[in-house]
Amino acid sequence: MSDVFDVFLLEAVLNGLLLGGLLALLSLGLNLIFGVIDVVWICYAELIMCGMYTVYYLHVQYHWPLVLAMLAAVALVALLGLLLHVLVIKPVLSAEPINQLLVTGGVLFFLQAAATLAFGIEFKNLGVTLPSVRLGEMSFSGARMIAFGVALAGMVALYLLLTKTYLGTAIRAISQDRQIMPLMGVDPARIFALTSALGGALAGLAACLLVLQYDIHPAIGLSFGPIVFLICVLGGLGNMLGGFIAAFIFAQFIAVGGFFFAIEWGYVIAFAFFIAVMFWRPRGILGK
Amino acid sequence: MNYPLHLAILVLLWGYIYTSWSLMGRLGLVSFGHGAFMGIGAYTVVMLWNHFGLTPWLGALAALAFAAMVAVLIGYPCFRFRIVGHYFALVTLALSEVTRLIIVALRDQTGGSLGATPNGALHAGETVALGAVQFSSKEVWLAVVAAFWLGGLWVWRQVDRSMGRFALQAISEEEEAAASIGIHVTRAKLRITVISALMTCAGGILYAQYQLYVNPDTVSGIAISLQMVFGVIAGGMFVMLGPTVGAAFTLLLAEGLRLAFGNRYPALDTTIYGVMLVLFIIYMPKGILGAALDAFRRR
Repeated sequence: MSDVFDVFLLEAVLNGLLLGGLLALLSLGLNLIFGVIDVVWICYAELIMCGMYTVYYLHVQYHWPLVLAMLAAVALVALLGLLLHVLVIKPVLSAEPINQLLVTGGVLFFLQAAATLAFGIEFKNLGVTLPSVRLGEMSFSGARMIAFGVALAGMVALYLLLTKTYLGTAIRAISQDRQIMPLMGVDPARIFALTSALGGALAGLAACLLVLQYDIHPAIGLSFGPIVFLICVLGGLGNMLGGFIAAFIFAQFIAVGGFFFAIEWGYVIAFAFFIAVMFWRPRGILGK
Repeated sequence: MNYPLHLAILVLLWGYIYTSWSLMGRLGLVSFGHGAFMGIGAYTVVMLWNHFGLTPWLGALAALAFAAMVAVLIGYPCFRFRIVGHYFALVTLALSEVTRLIIVALRDQTGGSLGATPNGALHAGETVALGAVQFSSKEVWLAVVAAFWLGGLWVWRQVDRSMGRFALQAISEEEEAAASIGIHVTRAKLRITVISALMTCAGGILYAQYQLYVNPDTVSGIAISLQMVFGVIAGGMFVMLGPTVGAAFTLLLAEGLRLAFGNRYPALDTTIYGVMLVLFIIYMPKGILGAALDAFRRR
């Protein structure tokens, strides 16, 4: 009896690991934006929702091949990220920091309602089912394994971009000192715009992976948005490595907590853990 | 006759709740967690009544005590460890999501996401069940919420005139400097947080007893917390009647569009509202009433 129990527990732990990869990717874009521009996009999850709808409509309504639809979604959400920065963030960059957080909250309301208006509240499903992988007595969803792999690849690509290219060096430099870098010939406005597009592209990539696993509806952003913010704060806002570690911790709480109790209790435990950690390290696990 | 009365009740009730939020918000404590206090108020009272038959009069005391406890439990460490700005907003956001999830997870007792209805206490022909705080007459409710709303404005005024307000204003501008001139930062913040939480909790109780229905998504969680924050921003955070104007504005916008277009465009009001919020924060950070007063003064 206890053997079976352990196998299922192991399955929960491994599923938590897969979920962790996805959450790490979700937190990456947000951390990049915060680290460089010092702004929290409260509407980040809603950008992902836009990407999910793009994949759905291009693939299901207009019969584009799935890969092409996904590329289009990444490009579109990157554009949305750029627009968000130019139209909404830029005018409040010099205002009080909390205003920058709040203004993206207005965008959250707008995107969520506009999606309801345009697409209705029905749950939409891409209709693509990937075979699940069996390993002994355990089974894992194929979509989750692909998501895990792509998430890891995306993170490595971002790491290389930030460390090996001129653009990446400029982005890291700006995030370290906003005042000095303009004197060194780096145009912050351009770097901010490029970072926003990059953050948007990461949201688009996350959308492509989420759409394989979950139904799409206008309020989907609220179902994973809060978790992503908490992961970023837990790891230290703007700290990508911290976000990475926090994502796996959080995913384990959700998966294993959900295994022993109901799935909501997994979330409750994870959130309670978050609040507890904030009192121990207010700036996050790896925060400055 | 009932419909305008219903609108008036909702405007005053939300005006009261928004006023409670802005006690903190205008002094730099932007909380995304007030949905938690509203949810605690609504659910504690309804659950005690449904499962133990405890009258909402006593249930309200329990709910207020509970809300105050949660406020101190979250507020004290936050203020002690200088969790401010973005971090404070996101920690409190976690609080309101925890509350919503606990309500959903306790579905055997609370009815989960389907919500719950307080057991009816009104017998045929009666309009008032005082022990159960259930009134079918809207006039009674209007009087009750108007009293709370006025009370909320009174607290706002008292806070505005107190030394504590100046202390908190100093804190919101430069926390270290405020501490260095002898302001007890943690205590000052904690006091206003508990006041604000208690008032919001009372708002949740009123909302539950008026609607006679509670749902985790409409009384707690991130959606309702954001609704409070943005209602206040729309109306004007820094003037006494700003939050009420915000409540009236959002409600009348939604109802106006519903009357004009019926239910053909279900989320049109929120779409317009979202765009307006962005424009407000960029071009009119003092909100409708704040900007109107400024324009009036300049003439």
